[in-house]
Amino acid sequence: MREVAVIGVGLTTFGEKWDTSFRQMCVEAGVKALEDANVDGNQIDEMFVGNMSGGRFVLQEHISALIADAVGLASTRHIPSTRTEAACASGGLAFRQAYTSVASGMSDIVIAAGVEKMTDVDGGVTTDALAGAADREWEGIYGVTFPSLYAMIARDYMHRYGLTREQLAQVAVKNHYNGARNPIAQFRKEITIDTVLKSTLVADPIRLMDCSPVTDGAAAVILCPLERAKEFTDSPVQILTSTQATDTIALHDRRDISTLDATVAAGNRAFKMAKLERKDIDLVEVHDCFTIAELCAIEDLGFCEKGKAGIMTEEGETALGGRLPVNPSGGLKACGHPVGATGIKQVCEVVEQLRGEAAGRQVDGAEIGMTHNVGGSGATVVTNILRRVN
Amino acid sequence: MSVPRFWRKQPQRYNIIGTKCETCGSHFYPPRTICPQCRRDGKIVDHKFRGTGKVVTFSIIRTASEPYDYEAPFPIAIIELDEGTRMTAPVVCDLDEMEIGMPVQATFRKIVADGDSGMIVYGTKFVPVK
Repeated sequence: MREVAVIGVGLTTFGEKWDTSFRQMCVEAGVKALEDANVDGNQIDEMFVGNMSGGRFVLQEHISALIADAVGLASTRHIPSTRTEAACASGGLAFRQAYTSVASGMSDIVIAAGVEKMTDVDGGVTTDALAGAADREWEGIYGVTFPSLYAMIARDYMHRYGLTREQLAQVAVKNHYNGARNPIAQFRKEITIDTVLKSTLVADPIRLMDCSPVTDGAAAVILCPLERAKEFTDSPVQILTSTQATDTIALHDRRDISTLDATVAAGNRAFKMAKLERKDIDLVEVHDCFTIAELCAIEDLGFCEKGKAGIMTEEGETALGGRLPVNPSGGLKACGHPVGATGIKQVCEVVEQLRGEAAGRQVDGAEIGMTHNVGGSGATVVTNILRRVN
Repeated sequence: MSVPRFWRKQPQRYNIIGTKCETCGSHFYPPRTICPQCRRDGKIVDHKFRGTGKVVTFSIIRTASEPYDYEAPFPIAIIELDEGTRMTAPVVCDLDEMEIGMPVQATFRKIVADGDSGMIVYGTKFVPVK
């Protein structure tokens, strides 16, 4: 296994991008990543693209070839291009596949991208397409929606650990504060606890402002062997680990409704492989598709005891300037959640933070950062730990 | 869901027929064909569930996806059957009646219809035990 570095990142803005097509977004993010890495497109050996549901959202499959073609690497260099899919963890998978490709020695310079175009269809189709991340035959058939799955986690959690509605709302308030400071964020607006508590009930106890939005966007990163990184950039970021774990597809089959065992497994593997302690992490981007998901992630990754993340959030420990800043990008909640792009966007945020380039939301002196990307209600989890190279 | 995709699981959906591993005694509903504990040592046989259990957790779906939106708001729950396995299903009751731990029993109901003239899907919902 070779050591691997991230040498470039690129993002589109996130939001309802009615004027930009699926392929345009992916090209834009890819070109920005190449420019950032100071790499020429002709140097790319291989490509991975994370995408959940091009087939439902834009009636397009065969995303791998579509994107390789759009960036001009199909007809000229015929590079291998692979689409990865694990619902909202599709981007995380693309990153991990790119990492293993470089680490194994199979390829040298690899681009990992993620893209989702969610606003070309109406809301009912979006909700139904996302429901495909759960068990269609034994959950979806009964009308289960994603908010209702996470609502059932929230209900169980509140019942067992005494989490208050206000503590849950504070996750959204904190993430909007951070998002207001991120130039690519979908919602650059601060909110209050009252905003959350007065928003529409979507699936009790989850309200609209507990939910990440429907978003268009793309993200891309360039990876190469660590030993070559300085050829391209003065500020490479090393990938210490990239781990992945699975759990049951259906929420009802989990060992514990409020614990994502796949997060626990991927996190434990990551810390073991990286030979790090929880306290070594300076910031973490977690998968807050719903406010309750952020609290579960903080606990299941081992940053606090089960049932304590609500208090930790309420006391400001997860805010910028706190003991462990969580989702400085604004998270899925405020930055937006183009499902296939999210796992790559999280890596982009951590890289910018470690390079000290996250103006307005910079975590001071950040050296080691972590990402946590979830597919479905917890059936797939990808975590990555990255370190600044001095 | 297409007609054959629904039809092939009709006995399981109508009568709560799942499976059981005779090697370790675990029950599975929805049915599994491989026991995750025993794998190739497992012996899977059909098992008819009694259809009684309790609410483990629940939500009230207010924003539903098509074609379930005509029924919203409706309660959805994870039910733990008395045999020990868990399943997801709607509960038919007043919204404020729902609570964790509530005893429920299975009932045969319409699940969803594919428009005014399409297939009507029937299956298992739950009602509170009075």
